[in-house]
Amino acid sequence: MCLGVPGRIVARDGEMGTVDFDGLRREACLSYTPEAGPGDYVIVHVGFAISVLDEDEALRTLAVLRAIPGGLDEISR
Amino acid sequence: MRYLDEYRNPELARRLVREIRATATRPWSIMEVCGGQTHTIVRQGIDELIPVRMVHGPGCPVCVTPLATIDRALAIAARPEVIFTSFGDMLRVPGSGADLLSAKARGADVRVVYSPLDAVRMAAANPDRQVVFFAVGFETTAPANAMAVLRADAEHLDNFSVLVSHVLVPPAMAAIMESASVDAFLAAGHVCAVMGWTEYEPLAARYRVPIVVTGFEPLDLLEGILMAVRQLEEGRFTVENQYARAVRRTGNTFAQDAVRRVFRVSDQTWRGIGEIPASGLVLAPQYARHDATLRFGVGDVSTSEHPECIAGEILRGTRTPLDCAAYGTLCTPRRPLGAPMVSAEGTCAAFHNAGRIRQETP
Repeated sequence: MCLGVPGRIVARDGEMGTVDFDGLRREACLSYTPEAGPGDYVIVHVGFAISVLDEDEALRTLAVLRAIPGGLDEISR
Repeated sequence: MRYLDEYRNPELARRLVREIRATATRPWSIMEVCGGQTHTIVRQGIDELIPVRMVHGPGCPVCVTPLATIDRALAIAARPEVIFTSFGDMLRVPGSGADLLSAKARGADVRVVYSPLDAVRMAAANPDRQVVFFAVGFETTAPANAMAVLRADAEHLDNFSVLVSHVLVPPAMAAIMESASVDAFLAAGHVCAVMGWTEYEPLAARYRVPIVVTGFEPLDLLEGILMAVRQLEEGRFTVENQYARAVRRTGNTFAQDAVRRVFRVSDQTWRGIGEIPASGLVLAPQYARHDATLRFGVGDVSTSEHPECIAGEILRGTRTPLDCAAYGTLCTPRRPLGAPMVSAEGTCAAFHNAGRIRQETP
């Protein structure tokens, strides 16, 4: 129900815009992300952008995850 | 796809699982209150890989929409002048004896929309019909539904109305902590993308529970669980944000402003759980002319639940679908008895879709 999908804004015309979801383009309401423009990634929920994705935070999260020590796969143990 | 694939990396998932195993000294209970998270946890088998008890909370707005509201939807949809519009996952939720899909089969004009704005456009295109939108959801969806009302009102679309069943997550978490005991919560990332997490700070302090705002991909969930386990092991209980790429502490204030204009907080009944104070949204008085309940006079309905369904206990996290005698036999996603078997995000449907089988007790 709260499914939100990340997509890239390809065009903005006032309150509405076109968002690209890995090749599939859909109209989205951008009223709640007035700061977002073409090239920005947003989370879209039921046709509304609710959040602009923060590239720096995304990279930081991945860096934290990659810093967790690796090693032999013991999952099946 | 950027922002998706990198959070599904199997090698990093293995490391996180190993780290959770190495960190947890006790089988902590952690509740997620989001059907999307439940779905990922069960489908990926995350709960079976880690020494933590994942408890699936009332995280599906479809599932907790009161039976009386479903029955009101059915009564409204049956009217010949009405085009009844809804998100697709509401159509098979059982009311007292029928659902919207069977109403449609009997001739009701029920249409699925992707966005609430589609329903507003339908009202503009059909001035001789009454277009009703079933405005359900958590805080995530409230801004979209608020915008539909604002647009319809600005465009003087008097033939547009909404049947509202909006629920709020923090009061439900407080109600759960009053009656059950879980050690920590994962807070739903997209609810918090809208609302931020300041509402959760007093809950963490009052109930001494860690709360971790968490995303939806497998690595998000595993990291959220790890952060909660670390807090529990260290005796801390604060609100932390795993989903930093999408959630800021104050949330989306533009979206919050629209919700505050259109809705008022009210007491709300949660299907299977009962009434929780200040846990829902209703239309503000100045938008009453768009209130479908008033327009169609469907305030009073009598309801009946299927006697074998234990949806209430499943929604509270006190029992699992595998405890239900009807699970997988009388009740399946094709013929659901209760709401958690309907939506893909309902706990029962998540279990059933993942092929989890009930062991008969000898």
